[in-house]
Amino acid sequence: MQYFENYLQSKGGYDYTNVKRNEIMKAQGFKEMGFTKTGTTIVGVIFDGGVVMAADTRATAGSIVADKNCEKLHTLAPNIWAAGAGTAADLHHQCAHFNAKLKLQRLNLNRQSRVNEVITKLTTKLFPYRGHIGVALIIGGIDCNGPQLASVSPHGNYVYHPFQSMGSGSLAALGILEAKYQDGLTKQQAIELAIEAIEAGIFHDMGSGSNVDVVAITKDGVDYKRNIRSYNAKSHQKQIPYVFPINNTPALRKYQFDIEKQELSEIGQEMEIVE
Amino acid sequence: MSGIFEYNGGSIVGMKGKNCIAVACDRRFGQQMSTITTNYQKVFKIQDNILLALSGLNTDIHTFYALMEKEINLYNLKENRKMKPTTFANLVASALYERRFGPFFVTPIVAGLENGKPILATYDSIGCKSDLDDFQVGGTGGNYIYGACEAFFKPDMSPEELEEVIGQSLVSGCDRDALSGWGGVVYVLTEQKITVKILKTKQT
Repeated sequence: MQYFENYLQSKGGYDYTNVKRNEIMKAQGFKEMGFTKTGTTIVGVIFDGGVVMAADTRATAGSIVADKNCEKLHTLAPNIWAAGAGTAADLHHQCAHFNAKLKLQRLNLNRQSRVNEVITKLTTKLFPYRGHIGVALIIGGIDCNGPQLASVSPHGNYVYHPFQSMGSGSLAALGILEAKYQDGLTKQQAIELAIEAIEAGIFHDMGSGSNVDVVAITKDGVDYKRNIRSYNAKSHQKQIPYVFPINNTPALRKYQFDIEKQELSEIGQEMEIVE
Repeated sequence: MSGIFEYNGGSIVGMKGKNCIAVACDRRFGQQMSTITTNYQKVFKIQDNILLALSGLNTDIHTFYALMEKEINLYNLKENRKMKPTTFANLVASALYERRFGPFFVTPIVAGLENGKPILATYDSIGCKSDLDDFQVGGTGGNYIYGACEAFFKPDMSPEELEEVIGQSLVSGCDRDALSGWGGVVYVLTEQKITVKILKTKQT
């Protein structure tokens, strides 16, 4: 009963009921498992009339590739997109949360969302959590103040700059950007530059890989190209694919639950277990 | 002491087929190197068209399943309708992220059929959902099962073939993991029925 009352009183947000137990387990010597990170390369480039953002598509859990084709470009508003690096769960949920928050604000105010609003909301949320919410974002969009590009770090710091890169592959990408960026690029040139910067990250950084996603935001709309470049196609095809004969794997018992009739029945013969 | 996820051991795998979906799990419940039982249930039926497979710390498997069971029962009572698999997949992600700073030590796999289309989602322990087109793994033997799945998987398999492939992937992977095994169970979900097959492995 007490549990139920507590549940009814919960006001949403984070639930800290497991923290004490987890601390005790850690003190006893257990090691925690790592979360899925997006060891990433993300870039943003401002061009004449808009913003281009690009990202790779690899998500890692330790040294295993957890997701070969994940989406790192998130919509925050119809005219504002975010590219994210860091802890994947935090990115996904925080971006979804801000998307909803901004939508609600647009419905209330009947006005387009602005990039500096997003930055303010994000940084004021992240700072109190002292960097524990692991989101490193590049926010790009176009609003009444023109095209804008900013990066937000997990501790709540933000920087406005015409070109940005973040993630584990950011240094590789920054090399390309520093060398080739100019003011007054056209949309096509900016897209090419962004793709080249991501490519540098994909090939030189172990935490980035697979494909390149690109989004170009202008006053006329958003141009999202998922997997515009692919480097990870399987290099060989199985000559003779494995074909398993049906019912070949030995089974001890086999049951069937018919959904329409809602009845459980045993099918096949029970196999003898030889001691 | 090993990691928290290695304390009880166990592996799960999920695979998509043509208008069908399968999940499989091993049956071991251990405490580090000892085995306590060999018939522990790790896949739970949430609804006629949704299966929830859990791996990780067994106490959290139990608690998380109870939490999801409660959520879906409340949903059914409040909304007087069934929950869609994509909705349930998002619910699991939110429930895990709610405990971001004191997580449940589970890595779930949600498998469901929505209008005949297979839905498969996997999460890390804090709710990063990834829904891929082919297969997902979880648990201590997960990395070994990855290898087997990459080799055996074909897109658009029939339910019978899917049952074979997922069973073989699970068994091959668990054979290389000391903390998983002692049997396997394969659940294949189609529009008409759920088939449950208890596999014969090396030590059963």
